[in-house]
Amino acid sequence: MSAILTILIKDLRQRSRDGTLLLFALALPLGLAFMLNALLGGSSGSGEGGFTAEYTVVDEDGGDVATAFTEGVLGPLEDDGLLTVTTAATEDDGIESVESGDADAAFIIPSGFSDSLADGESVELTVIGSANAPEAVQVAREIGRAFAGEHRRIQLAVTIAAEGSDTDGAELAQRAGETAAPVTVEEDASAQRRELDTVTYYSAGTAFFFLFFAAMFSVNSIFEERGNGTLARLLAAPISRPGVLAAKLSSAVLVGIASMAILVIASSLLFGADWGAPLGVAALSVSGVLAAVGITAGVAGFAGNSEQALNWLSVIAMLLGVLGGALFPITQLGALSTLSYFTPHRWFLDGLANLSADGSVATVLTPVLVLLGMAAVGGGAALFRMGRMLHS
Amino acid sequence: MPFLEVEGISKSYGSTKVVDNVSFSIAEGETYGLLGPNGAGKTTTISIIVGILQRDSGSIRINGKEHSVTDKASKAHIGFVPQQLAVYPDLSAVDNLRFFARLYGLSRADARRRSEEVLEVIGLSDRAGETVSAFSGGMARRLNIGIGLLNRPGLLILDEPTVGVDPQSRNAIFENVKKQTGEGVAVLYTTHYMEEAERLCDRVGVIDGGQIKAEGTQRELVSAVGEDDTIVLRMDGGRESAIRTLEALPETKQVSGEGSEITMLVADARAVLPQVLDSLTQTGTVLRSVEVREPDLEAVFLHLTGKALRD
Ligand SMILES: Nc1ncnc2c1ncn2[C@@H]1O[C@H](COP(=O)(O)OP(=O)(O)OP(=O)(O)O)[C@@H](O)[C@H]1O
Ligand SMILES: [Mg+2]
Repeated sequence: MSAILTILIKDLRQRSRDGTLLLFALALPLGLAFMLNALLGGSSGSGEGGFTAEYTVVDEDGGDVATAFTEGVLGPLEDDGLLTVTTAATEDDGIESVESGDADAAFIIPSGFSDSLADGESVELTVIGSANAPEAVQVAREIGRAFAGEHRRIQLAVTIAAEGSDTDGAELAQRAGETAAPVTVEEDASAQRRELDTVTYYSAGTAFFFLFFAAMFSVNSIFEERGNGTLARLLAAPISRPGVLAAKLSSAVLVGIASMAILVIASSLLFGADWGAPLGVAALSVSGVLAAVGITAGVAGFAGNSEQALNWLSVIAMLLGVLGGALFPITQLGALSTLSYFTPHRWFLDGLANLSADGSVATVLTPVLVLLGMAAVGGGAALFRMGRMLHS
Repeated sequence: MPFLEVEGISKSYGSTKVVDNVSFSIAEGETYGLLGPNGAGKTTTISIIVGILQRDSGSIRINGKEHSVTDKASKAHIGFVPQQLAVYPDLSAVDNLRFFARLYGLSRADARRRSEEVLEVIGLSDRAGETVSAFSGGMARRLNIGIGLLNRPGLLILDEPTVGVDPQSRNAIFENVKKQTGEGVAVLYTTHYMEEAERLCDRVGVIDGGQIKAEGTQRELVSAVGEDDTIVLRMDGGRESAIRTLEALPETKQVSGEGSEITMLVADARAVLPQVLDSLTQTGTVLRSVEVREPDLEAVFLHLTGKALRD
């Protein structure tokens, strides 16, 4: 046990001097979170984020539900200085202003919207976004979805208008209805807002994304020791082989936990990210780190040398990050989004969203268990390949 | 009882037998040399003994106890100096030493003290705090050896420790090894330098193609292959009478003279030398110098394997 601890302390000492690791574990995630935050604007009334979107609303309905949307939803956001909202008389005018670049997105509320809802029929709220303002469109989509979440039987349709194209309004609206998968409102009221605010989302996403690189550099130290011959000494010393592997993986886990902790605190202080109940965040972070280290070690077990391991692992870190929605929301992946359930990123972010939705730590149980399962599978593979990994 | 007993160990990679039924033993205070060319199987043999590699067959006893890859107790008796430099370049010399001392179970205070002692022994006390990446090759080599001394091993294994070392450092390494054997440590030393084996080792195993071809003291090996010793005598005049005197000795195999020098071949120069000197003194010959040349391990190796040790 004390031999494991000795290796662990030595490793942590080496890692703390490793510039590349510090770059990937702290500087890059904070930098990227800062950039995304600057682009997408701070929430929670910080206001100075610099993000403002211009939307136009076409209210062909004029009923009370439509008013609830324009005044109850868009109004306060406009008051916060996050949006400027204009109105357009007809759908074609609305599309026109998006295409001409006057507005980033248009909300189309069809006539009969409120009445149909009152009669128990399904209705559709359409968002037409500009291809030139993806962030603003994303925000419009979220606004629409939030509203749809509060009202049963509203379906949200989103489409993108290319600037300069002279599309017929009716055709575009029709395409919106057909192509974009409508977000159907669920009956379950508790499911209404399982979304993280933007700042927290990107802080958590980048933190978890770069966690894989931190794990990669830590696990790669096994290959480094092989390269500088010290692995032979470790194997000749009075310590078991599983002990050597345990020490190496523990140092990777500790490095991961430390970097997560720093990123959680830093993003809260610097960007006003709201990660949620500390106990839940801790459970998700630790199990997420275990999953990242387990997967990394499992993959490294099949690599022949340091270079190969680093190549494979960077590709996998990128792929999992993108598929798991760590860099942009999963909904933009369309049909691929089911794949996200194979990534720890998705479960980590879902866990955080659950936590922010109802605040109880119990809601992170499933994500935590899934993450631990991934850790076990990866760690098992590493153990299975240990003979080869430790071969000096 | 020998401190290390190796009995019939073998190791194959695929169908190639890299270590083939190797046996030898080393007593306390004895230095045993494994002498062989590149690829002979020296490092593989050592890797098996220190527990890095699993053997296919055979047995190893350390201090009388059966030794295996998973046996921590007997591993703690071994000091290991790998052929490849094995130090952390990003740590200082003293941090390297303390780390490995702790790894071998020394307490924090002991590790501190022992590291200072070893730094003294390897002559790096004044560079202790420097990062190893800033060391010269020779200094790193010395540190590499120092790490093997930390746990006060009963068996010290050095795998070609002098490669790339200047003559001064090499002498320092020899002194270190001799000091260890003086304290009762059993030493296993591999080399492909014949001079090192001759100078340092009490017994030598000649290894080639994974097999120990012959084993013994240098004398035993040389006499086993039947090579003769040479005695070279230099004198002032009276050469012919001296030659006649020497030819009359029963042990003499061959005598020849050239200038003021006489060269004679005998089976065992050390045994014959007093007789040679006596008889020459009786005939009134004035000797200026006497030199005994025993056939070296190079000759033995050539004889055993049909090839030279190096290249
Ligand atoms: N992992 C391995 N796989 C296959 N062959 C190996 C492996 N390791 C060593 N060998 C082979 O085993 C033989 C003995 O190697 P070894 O390193 O023991 O020789 P050595 O006597 O130490 O040589 P040197 O003086 O060059 O250090 C060599 O032919 C080598 O190619
Ligand atoms: Mg070797």
